Amino acid sequence: MNDTTFSLAAILPAMPEIYLTGAICVLLLFDVFFALKRPERTATFALLLLLGGAAITLATHEFGVRQVLFDSMYIADDLGMLLKLASFVFVAVALFYSNDYLARRKLQQGEYYVLTLTALLGILVLTSAGNLLSVYVGIELLSLSLYALVAFDRDNGIAAEAAMKYFVLGAIASGTLLYGMSLIYGLSGSLSLQVINHAFSGEPSLGLILGLAMVVVAIAFKFGAVPFHMWVPDVYQGAPTSVTLLVASAPKIASFAVAYRLLAEGLGDATGTWTQMLAILAVLSLVAGNIIAIAQTNLRRMLAYSAISNVGFILLGFVTGTSAGYQASLYFTIVYVMVVLGTFGVILLGSRNGYEADELDDYKGLAARDPSLAFIMAVFMFSTAGIPPFVGFWAKLRVIEALIGADHIWLSGVAVLMSVIGAFYYLRVVWLMYFDAPGDRPRGEPRLSLRFVVGVNAAAALALGLMPDALLDVCLKVVRPG
Amino acid sequence: MITLEHMLVLSGLLFALSVAGIFINRKNVILLLMCIELLLLSANFNFVAFSRYLGNIDGQVFVFFILTVAAAESAIGLAILVVLFRQRRSIDVEDMASLKG
Repeated sequence: MNDTTFSLAAILPAMPEIYLTGAICVLLLFDVFFALKRPERTATFALLLLLGGAAITLATHEFGVRQVLFDSMYIADDLGMLLKLASFVFVAVALFYSNDYLARRKLQQGEYYVLTLTALLGILVLTSAGNLLSVYVGIELLSLSLYALVAFDRDNGIAAEAAMKYFVLGAIASGTLLYGMSLIYGLSGSLSLQVINHAFSGEPSLGLILGLAMVVVAIAFKFGAVPFHMWVPDVYQGAPTSVTLLVASAPKIASFAVAYRLLAEGLGDATGTWTQMLAILAVLSLVAGNIIAIAQTNLRRMLAYSAISNVGFILLGFVTGTSAGYQASLYFTIVYVMVVLGTFGVILLGSRNGYEADELDDYKGLAARDPSLAFIMAVFMFSTAGIPPFVGFWAKLRVIEALIGADHIWLSGVAVLMSVIGAFYYLRVVWLMYFDAPGDRPRGEPRLSLRFVVGVNAAAALALGLMPDALLDVCLKVVRPG
Repeated sequence: MITLEHMLVLSGLLFALSVAGIFINRKNVILLLMCIELLLLSANFNFVAFSRYLGNIDGQVFVFFILTVAAAESAIGLAILVVLFRQRRSIDVEDMASLKG
């Protein structure tokens, strides 16, 4: 018998989503009534709303309790809380980095912030999804907002082209996802992941495996894993840098969440079926991402291929099919997003009117022109390359340890080899900054508040690298041993 | 007598047709948008057929969500198309090749 009485306690665990939905409406009204002539007010207000969201996520969460709400649509647990908190903070940091860039390019409009918040709402829905329907709604909410954001600069033909490619490929991925979901629904008789899991235990039929394969293709697309990565370089290079920063950061958390909820937690009994699919995707992403990145001359495009190879690492954690692997993946995802935010923060800090600071040549001799910025960039590059004592090293080490623990010696070998190859193009940026003659480039501007936060971001990458257990313990706690 | 199999074959055909349309079409972006609609509708068809077969209403509820999202999706797609057309004066797929590497 369904409980039809409505009580506040029954919806309290979904408070972050409810709050954010309300906040989006308030932000829309605020923009119309108080910020028509002064868009920077909307920017500040959006930041405050995001910090409020982070506080509410912490305040309303019951630690150690796993609740399933709304007829298994929504799962509230410690992992969801951590991912939501991280998403709120990362999006807030991304908006803070973007403000100056947006104001200079006359892109600072209320819609930008509203779309960012709706994308965040999609991420929040995904982190708690317990049903195919909530997975679909979350993915679309996130994707549709991002399509619009990529095309936000209407006078930029490159951005419009990137948005169109992203849109068409994204829509094909959605169609594949839906078709796969419809097969799974038809053959298991339910949309709830718990019931579907039972259908997969034992000998799954060919139709179920086909459905699962189509869903995995869609997830790989959202991650940007090879061979479904075609949109990543174009969007990273074509979109306004502030949007690239957004696309590169928080959605990776959503991708981790959807992979975890759908595959690791939802279809835990079918591990053997989907780990093989993910292993192929992971190896292809590592190899293609790292090798093509070497050939790039545009920093944003290089970071796009770097993102593809890092997604390979996240997927490798899932390939193990063990909770140690998921913990390593979670740790890697959070660390990667944090470092990538800082990297794009540096690009935004270096950009001026009509000068994006996104070609590798723009970084020649940066150390002579702007020593502090060059140092910060070097920290991020060392961290992404996985050089100790920076945090990226521990993240990679964890994934490789988990792989060896699950007897995937061959895969861990590929991961190590590709990290070494990958280190080349990160270190090349450092080499250009410190050992190349300074070119004729505009001098960096102080912009002290922005510089300070990017500096804190770099300090965090170093501090977490010196004390890797702080974040790692949290990751170990929230992923339950399955 | 129309059985579930007939429905599934038809939806499979629609799916294949729309994917073929997306990849073979080298001319017009509007055609791409039409193929994307067809792609979503083939999934809808599957959901309705299974829902009827299983006697379970969930699939039909899902279809309402898909229809709504599809409407939003084509609105955004057309908006991007308008932006693109104002820049390029063309909606040719082959003209979209300035980003490479």
